[in-house]
Amino acid sequence: MTSELRGAVAGTRNRDIAEYALRLGDDALILCQRLCAWVTNAPTIEEDLALSNIALDLLGHARTLLSLSGRSDGTNRSDDDLAYRRTERQFRNALLPELPGGDFAVTIARQLAYTHYTSLLYAELAASADEGLASFAARAAKDAEYHRLHASQWTVRLGLGTEESRRRMQAGLEHVWPYAAELFEADDLTARLDTDGTAVAPARLQAAWGREVAGVLTEAELMVPAPSWQATGGRSGLHTEAFAPLLAEFQSVFRQYPGGVW
Amino acid sequence: MSAALRSDLDRIRARVGAVPDPELPVITLADLGVLRSVRQDADGVVEVVVTPTYLGCPALPVIEADLRTVLAECGHPDGRVTWALSPAWTTEWISEEGRRKLAEHGIVPPGPVGAPLPVRLGLGRPCPHCGSVATRPLGPFGPTGCQTVLVCTACQESFPHMKAV
Repeated sequence: MTSELRGAVAGTRNRDIAEYALRLGDDALILCQRLCAWVTNAPTIEEDLALSNIALDLLGHARTLLSLSGRSDGTNRSDDDLAYRRTERQFRNALLPELPGGDFAVTIARQLAYTHYTSLLYAELAASADEGLASFAARAAKDAEYHRLHASQWTVRLGLGTEESRRRMQAGLEHVWPYAAELFEADDLTARLDTDGTAVAPARLQAAWGREVAGVLTEAELMVPAPSWQATGGRSGLHTEAFAPLLAEFQSVFRQYPGGVW
Repeated sequence: MSAALRSDLDRIRARVGAVPDPELPVITLADLGVLRSVRQDADGVVEVVVTPTYLGCPALPVIEADLRTVLAECGHPDGRVTWALSPAWTTEWISEEGRRKLAEHGIVPPGPVGAPLPVRLGLGRPCPHCGSVATRPLGPFGPTGCQTVLVCTACQESFPHMKAV
């Protein structure tokens, strides 16, 4: 291989890593914003603390991943640049995190889908050939496991609770399930990064995810939803109508005081 | 390495190790085990390498600012603070001294990593007030992200417990 060609290959790989980190970072960032809305609204003060602490972990994950993305694509954009200076179409999060909050059961159903996915993903990603992704994932896997436990316990509690909590939990699952499949979508990027051991093709995690989630739902005496359709588009920047208002709120301070520091 | 440089680095190491954790000021960064190394980099700059406890810990920018202050006080205003994610921090790195200070402060120190979380009555972490193990989780998260809150069914008091990670 000529040095020019080697340089081009390295350039492609770095851009791939940047795009991949952006996807995972945007998932965490947008879900963080959604969970923050529960502060003072959760059923108990302990739950306010739980959801805001989970949001704080997700913010840490997002900052690490977005910084990694900005370093890898050669633009040297910071996590703040990427969080606050992008438009709707430039975000690469799956649609699941951006769904409007719904009731508490919808939030728990989403947490169940997302945390089981990230637990499996980060555990595998800890062995990534890319040192930045590997060191991030080794730490984040520990948080994700705790978040998964939280979501699973609530799912069981609501499933085995009252008629009303059970009805709402089942409805929450039916509502978010069409969006869960997008987390496992494969494309050229994930195929390239999976081949050289940098990332995990998400489709490889889907069977284990299905088994784990089904185990929790069985314990909760709830039914595994069988959605008749699947959401798609987030990874290419096509978002739901709920996304623009979310971003407007998230970026409002930065847009009013560009470059402000304190 | 010259003797003067070695003694300078030793002095800085002692100073940065004594910096209190911003959220739990009863323990120091050395007690927490987050201090990886104090060294002179290839470019001659003195560098403090620390590992974050939690990636989303709000204390991280405060710790970084505190470390810069100490570096400046030690005569290295251009010193560098570097966060090393790998290997990931674990509560196993908290020193015996750190565990003792946490316990004295009413925070039950973390158990061994990998042990199941206390979910059943009578199998919990011992209550710091009465010693009973009849404790149960009250909330999965506590006053800081690294803590959880348990309640003792014997004396009815609640108490924080540092999660094992």
